[in-house]
Amino acid sequence: MTIPQAETSLGAATWSVSGLGRRVLSYVLPFAVVAGCWQIASQFFPPFLFPSLVDVFKRCVDIFFNWSQFSDVLATVGRIMAGLAGAFIIGAAFAVLMARSRAVNDFLSPILTLFQGIPALSWVVFAIIWFHGIEPRIFFIMVMTTLPAFTFQVLSALQAMSRDLMEMVMSFRPTRAKLFRTMIIPAILPDVLTAWKVNLGNASRVVVVAELVGATGGVGYELLQQQQVFDMAGALAWTLQLVFFVLIAQAVLTLIESVAFRYRAVSERTL
Amino acid sequence: MTATIPIISLEQVSKSFTKNRAAPAYVAVDRLDLHVGQGQLLALLGKTGCGKSTIFNMIAGLTEPTSGNVTVDGRNPFSDFDSFRGKIAIVFQNDRLLPWRTAMQNVELGLEMLEVPVKQRKDTAMHWLGRLGLRGHESDYPHALSGGMRQRVSIARAFATDANILLCDEPFSALDEMTARTLRAEFVRLVRENGKTAVFVTHSINEALEIGDRIVVLKRPANIAVDLPLTAATDRAEKEAIRHQIQSVLAA
Repeated sequence: MTIPQAETSLGAATWSVSGLGRRVLSYVLPFAVVAGCWQIASQFFPPFLFPSLVDVFKRCVDIFFNWSQFSDVLATVGRIMAGLAGAFIIGAAFAVLMARSRAVNDFLSPILTLFQGIPALSWVVFAIIWFHGIEPRIFFIMVMTTLPAFTFQVLSALQAMSRDLMEMVMSFRPTRAKLFRTMIIPAILPDVLTAWKVNLGNASRVVVVAELVGATGGVGYELLQQQQVFDMAGALAWTLQLVFFVLIAQAVLTLIESVAFRYRAVSERTL
Repeated sequence: MTATIPIISLEQVSKSFTKNRAAPAYVAVDRLDLHVGQGQLLALLGKTGCGKSTIFNMIAGLTEPTSGNVTVDGRNPFSDFDSFRGKIAIVFQNDRLLPWRTAMQNVELGLEMLEVPVKQRKDTAMHWLGRLGLRGHESDYPHALSGGMRQRVSIARAFATDANILLCDEPFSALDEMTARTLRAEFVRLVRENGKTAVFVTHSINEALEIGDRIVVLKRPANIAVDLPLTAATDRAEKEAIRHQIQSVLAA
């Protein structure tokens, strides 16, 4: 009796390992194919077009362990986070006002929609004309490009809050601060985190453009230097620094989600 | 009108709703006079859409009447909203538990608003969860509880604040009859033991007869069609007569 059971459990284990292996393979395979094609191309083209991946890796390690270079990565990360934080604070305040007052909503909504239509590069030009310092310029660009999305996403979350739950909390006559802490913040948190995830990707693209034009440091500035000396390995290595940052930040947000939303039943999720 | 001192009074209260200025107003409550005595368990009975919940919301201070006066313990629950913190507790039709809070944290909600110290808050929540048969489920999130258990948590949440007035809006209507009957009995016992005043909105004649020591049947728009006091001495035959009276009023 025990042998078939053992066989069954062994079979299940083998199946789950092969399932996991298949999933890992399906995730890694596209990258492996692209990397392989690139490495093959590097054998036939000059390094300024397709550098060897070994060279790119070495440059990545150099940047990571050389403080003067890594500080440029940190400067860019700081600009992204400052811009996103600024846009989020202003956007959340706008969203609360828009949710509370139809007049404010009617006034701000078309303006923010207009801002959404302005290309990031136009904001760069405006910032260079309007501001003198590098940091205010970049902060302004980051805020203006991510503000509409933050505002609309927080507004949508506020409007989607359960009226029943709000009425229940209100029946206990909470103070404004307690209403925010017990009801509003937990209710909108899922949408806020999604907004951060979406805007993080946008911000990392915009910051490079902003630094490319108007900065004397940061990943965008370093990319400009690599372009001037036709150093493709350097350009890739600097780009990868930003990609790593975005991946790490997304992983942190996902971790926060898994802790903050542990109350959600897996069986109740649609997807 | 009751013999005891009224703690809840509605005098010539009307409530109408308008979609826009051009459309005629929908009258939900029409010049209602209703007084509920201290310690009374009033069952407010009426057909769906007769304005029971509107009356309920006005007593709770969640809606302002269009005209007339609503007073609870001598004050206006809408304009003196904050002064009723901890004085009125509500059990809603559905449990309305916050999904991001455990059963315990949901029961603690009202106590948090009253700024009760954490230790005392937890002890009180635990006490009420225990009384409602939920010991061992205090760390469960609402999704892990059955409908009956969730409604018990919402009753525990209402009782935990030790509010003098309990408002219940068809709290057992979504449950199966067996669970509803058990919870109803528990609810009446808790109300009596703790000397609460309760207004219990229902559309079920059986529930009203089971719970209330006074039944007010509403006509549409909400106004009193018939006001029936019940006592412990009311026997089965009298209750049957009352049932027929209510049925004929509702049919009319």
